[in-house]
Amino acid sequence: MRSTNPIAALFGKSPFRPMQEHMRVVEECAEEVIPLLEALRDRDHERVLGHKDKIFALEGEADDLKNELRSHLPRSLFMPVDRRDLLDLLNAQDSVADTVQDIAGLVVLRGMEIPGFMSDGLLPYARRVVDAVHKCREVISELDELLELGFRGSETARVEEAIQELSVIETETDDQGMALVGLLFEHQDELNALEVVYWDRLIDLIGDIADYAEDVGDRLRLLIAR
Amino acid sequence: MESALIFIVLASILGLYMTWGVGANDVANAMGTSVGSGAITVRKAIIIAAIFEFAGAFLAGGHVTGTIRKGIIDPSFVTTPEILIFGMLAALLGAGIWLMVASYFGWPVSTTHTIVGSLIGFGVVGLGVDAVEWGQVSGILASWLVSPLLGGTIAYLLAQSVRVFILEADSPLEAAKRYGPIYVFMMGVLIALVTVWKGLSHLNIDLTTLQAVAVAIAIGLLTALIGRVLINRVRVDPDADADFHYAGVERVFAPLCVFTACSMAFAHGSNDVANGIGPLAAIVSIAQTGEVTQESVLPIWILLLGGTGIVIGLATMGYRVMRTIGKKITELTPSRGFCAELAAASTVVIASRLGLPVSTTHIIVGAVLGVGFARGIAAIDLRVVFGIVTSWVVTLPIGAGLAAFFFFFFKGLFL
Repeated sequence: MRSTNPIAALFGKSPFRPMQEHMRVVEECAEEVIPLLEALRDRDHERVLGHKDKIFALEGEADDLKNELRSHLPRSLFMPVDRRDLLDLLNAQDSVADTVQDIAGLVVLRGMEIPGFMSDGLLPYARRVVDAVHKCREVISELDELLELGFRGSETARVEEAIQELSVIETETDDQGMALVGLLFEHQDELNALEVVYWDRLIDLIGDIADYAEDVGDRLRLLIAR
Repeated sequence: MESALIFIVLASILGLYMTWGVGANDVANAMGTSVGSGAITVRKAIIIAAIFEFAGAFLAGGHVTGTIRKGIIDPSFVTTPEILIFGMLAALLGAGIWLMVASYFGWPVSTTHTIVGSLIGFGVVGLGVDAVEWGQVSGILASWLVSPLLGGTIAYLLAQSVRVFILEADSPLEAAKRYGPIYVFMMGVLIALVTVWKGLSHLNIDLTTLQAVAVAIAIGLLTALIGRVLINRVRVDPDADADFHYAGVERVFAPLCVFTACSMAFAHGSNDVANGIGPLAAIVSIAQTGEVTQESVLPIWILLLGGTGIVIGLATMGYRVMRTIGKKITELTPSRGFCAELAAASTVVIASRLGLPVSTTHIIVGAVLGVGFARGIAAIDLRVVFGIVTSWVVTLPIGAGLAAFFFFFFKGLFL
């Protein structure tokens, strides 16, 4: 009889589960940075290419999820959070994956090799950056709990705390990144000028991952503070 | 009266068609939230609906039927009884056709609004503008505005109370188990009180106020007890809780939704069955006595016919609509569905006790919005709300026009 039932049509598709799904893919994508750098360290070109491909595939998956989510968020939706804020949060999540893709692209295209003086600091730096993404995913996984309570009350305090921890990790990665750049300039005569530029850029990009992860936390904070 | 039997048979068929439509479509709207929240299965919902829609129609359906039968048109304007028969037939046929057209296009049209519009249309062209009880009509119109607001407000307060007392508690699960039966008790008392308190005279049961209160409290305690037993049977899955901290709490609300589904079906039966049997009852009364009387008892067989129509509608189509809704609504949790449905059921039961024909679907939508304001629901499409309001405004003149047309048709056919 009725082709569209009013009660069924009343409930739009929830953006919150897909947001979490998107974040999960982004996290998986960011985790690939470690094996990518490890392969680079081992000068195993095959493995480098393999991880690059995986990163590109995951970034593509994240993009698809993002577009799918956006297309289900018409302006007429009445949501417990601001639609604009939610889209900003989604963009921040997506920036993490975009940055990982930039890193993979740079490493492969420029045929980069890790110089000896950086081999000690680079991987711990990258691991800490990925920690920030883990924390970020943890924060986003609280979205359904936040929704249950209508984005207010005791649950928000817990999320605030996790966001705070995320920001502490990000600060740590900043320090590690600065130290690596310092090291790079100390040894800049050992590399050619282009290599210095690329390594400066790579260290920056790795740090950007943590920056965007922190940005996700900040945007979520905005969502709650409304 | 000449051709009395023809009129009665014709009216019975049209009345059955209207109540069939109520069962096929509206029941699914009324119970969609509990099915959609996953708290009860479609099969359970159909069984609950069959029992409680019937009970609601039979036990508490008389008041709204009375309003539709004699509250909208002033019978003293009727000079020949046949005119009123034609009018009522026209109202039924016009409403039936409009509902069919609206269903075909998927417009969210209210059965109640259609039948009230049809009666007004017949009244104006058949008996004159003054024959329509405009005071009563404006009361009904006002109730259409007020009832979704009231449903929304109750839902808002309920959802807030669930948040404060249960979800924000140190142990939400324990709190849910503790307060759950209290909600069920309140619901049982309210619905029982509204129904039994001077409401069962058509079954020759007349209770004093004190007796009514006692019966209501007894029913409330009984439902609370059953609720407690059901809640204690809930087993919480620790894995689900680790992923989503409130999974256990939501599981406690699932059996409670069985109660709200029952009350919603009861409320819906009490309110919406009248759309079909109101005009039928009027026709039967005139055809049998040959005159238009203000006071006439509502024959039990008409209530039974209405209840049967709903159950047939459920069995033939309602389950399919219900299944579609259940699949489409995936974002509603049992605790939210509980609040929305409890609020809607209370509002509908109170309105039908006052003899106000209200739209169950609109009240449900109001209640869902109320929960959304209090706690947030993932995503509600406001375009649908707008469409519902629009169709409601459009339905009155269209129902009126169709009924006016069919009035002249029947008049030409029989006179």
